[in-house]
Amino acid sequence: MHADPKGVLTGVHFLDGDHACCEGTLAAGARFSAGYPITPSTEVVERFAWRIPKVGGIFIQMEDELAASIAIQGAVWGGAKAFTVTSGPGFSLMMEHIGYAAMTETPCVFVNVQRGGPSTGLPTLPAQADMMQAKWGSHGDYGIIALCPNSPQECFDLTITAFNLSEEFRVPVMMMLDECVGHMTEKVVIPEASAINVTPRRFTKLPPGEFRLFQPCEDQVPDMLRAGDGYRFHVTGLTHDERGYPSMNVETQDVQVRRLIDKLKPLSNERALFETEHLDDAEVVVVSYGITSRVAQRALQMARDLGIRAGKFRIISAWPFPEQHIRELASRVKAFVVPEINLGQMVHEVERAAAGKAAVIPVSHAGGSVHNPDVILKAIVEAAR
Amino acid sequence: MNEALLEIPQEIPEDARNPVEPFLRMDRMPHIWCPACGIGTTVNCFTRALLDSKADLDKVAVVSGIGCTGRVAGYANLDSFHTTHGRALPFATGLKLANPELQVVVYSGDGDLFAIGGNHFIHAARRNMDLKVICVNNLTYAMTGGQTAPTTPGHVISATSPYGVFEPSFNLVALAEAAGASYVARWTTYHVKQLARSMEEMFKKKGFCFIEVISPCPTLYQRRNKMGDGLDAMKSYKQLSKVRNGAPTSECSLTMSGEIVVGKFVDRDRPDYFELLKNQMTEALGDQYAEPETSCSC
Repeated sequence: MHADPKGVLTGVHFLDGDHACCEGTLAAGARFSAGYPITPSTEVVERFAWRIPKVGGIFIQMEDELAASIAIQGAVWGGAKAFTVTSGPGFSLMMEHIGYAAMTETPCVFVNVQRGGPSTGLPTLPAQADMMQAKWGSHGDYGIIALCPNSPQECFDLTITAFNLSEEFRVPVMMMLDECVGHMTEKVVIPEASAINVTPRRFTKLPPGEFRLFQPCEDQVPDMLRAGDGYRFHVTGLTHDERGYPSMNVETQDVQVRRLIDKLKPLSNERALFETEHLDDAEVVVVSYGITSRVAQRALQMARDLGIRAGKFRIISAWPFPEQHIRELASRVKAFVVPEINLGQMVHEVERAAAGKAAVIPVSHAGGSVHNPDVILKAIVEAAR
Repeated sequence: MNEALLEIPQEIPEDARNPVEPFLRMDRMPHIWCPACGIGTTVNCFTRALLDSKADLDKVAVVSGIGCTGRVAGYANLDSFHTTHGRALPFATGLKLANPELQVVVYSGDGDLFAIGGNHFIHAARRNMDLKVICVNNLTYAMTGGQTAPTTPGHVISATSPYGVFEPSFNLVALAEAAGASYVARWTTYHVKQLARSMEEMFKKKGFCFIEVISPCPTLYQRRNKMGDGLDAMKSYKQLSKVRNGAPTSECSLTMSGEIVVGKFVDRDRPDYFELLKNQMTEALGDQYAEPETSCSC
């Protein structure tokens, strides 16, 4: 269905990534946000707090990130589309509720504008070092989706995608910005509401008594409910059966938890989001994401100028990892160069998918600034040798 | 004893039901609570209060945290949420704000609401969020084996205070009043009529309401402290409790075997969160203010 025009600020704007992300939430139909201030992400909710009273919805500043990350889930079960926004230290505090959202299959969006870490780290400077935390940060086995925009325009577009995917798969979706993307200001085109596709919540059509809240449909995703509609349902973070009742049964654990991961499989294969360039003849492929993909673009251009057959694979959906695509490339290229603003995270996924068929060269950076393109170029040149 | 009182009708009609059954998920019985635990008693009072208040049960939601009392959500035949440890209140805050027509009841224990969740409690009370909080205070962490809670009185022996508790404990009703609650009461599980009436009164009250129910844990609290069984707990509640409606909450601290002041302590009118929000936005934005419609059709 189309976006509700009330939330869509149609026009051509000059926005930073954080503000564009906020406009994305409104266009996607989010009418509830709970947040806690933290640099460099706060602008997202500052704008939401300014906009939402005129659109019709709620912003509440909670007492901490634990509260914000569970308040949004209460709102979702009340019928709203909801999100929260944070950065490193706050993201760490939200881990428990990312697990709760995964376990209870609560569709919601977590925006993480990454900064240097660990701990308080570099509050105002960029990093991409929460990528593994986004996937593995909460205890137990579960699946999430993570998207990596590399421009304010994509902060807008992918935020809508994030909400749509969260509704389709009933999972928490992470928007993994970084400080540079969050704070860079560029042209952002917001289309007419009628040109924006929004995935509505898939409420059950079955009557109370017949419906089971955790009984999967054909796509392995169960239909949804909201409180107050007479279903008298139960939601728990304990392992639960299809009725939502707690269960200590080993088989129930296996069926339910396995499904939390399996339902996302289409996203690691045919529905993965990525952008490519020059892959037809590439012998070296630069795999990058977020702000680093823009630095890598310059290095790629310089490599081509030197006559090196370099190609681009820009990851947009980082989780589930687009492994089938990397695996296919590995069988026909010489090497992957993986620059990222961390000391080696997604590079291990590339290595796993490449499975020894192509060399994998990390270009790491401890955080605080972006790479110098020359450093990436040097890795490309060595890889091509 | 008058024999006539013990007379049981010869025939119990086949369709006879315990009046609380419609409020419970009977397919989940038996429950996990120990014999003589007080939580079931509070649930009985809760169902009685819902029945008497003629609440639309489709519009009542129960939110619990983790612990023995946290399991109430799983047994209540209502929209019910068993959340994470300590976070029932912020979850309930989101639920209420997104769906204001719901009567949202937070039903949890003293450890959940006042240790790990203490920060959320004072802020929900400060905002005067329209939430109805029932805190079953058994003075210990029961689910995990009887460790010290912020409510455990001095000198009590617990699993993590084998030589006796020496930290001062919280006075929950004073804390609730200081943080801004609109309604504050305390009863014990001996006071079933008063408790049910208090709950019913709370359902009708707007804003942040808090009822503390002192409740026995014979398995982990009393046994370790040689305080007898469930019946002994009832006898001590009867003997030690004193109804003092309107008592200053600062005088209502609990000790191991001292007086238990019970009653309604606070019943005041403060604008709740929604009223404050609406007033401020209308003042600031006038006609531009759009009332929240969070439950988006998309």
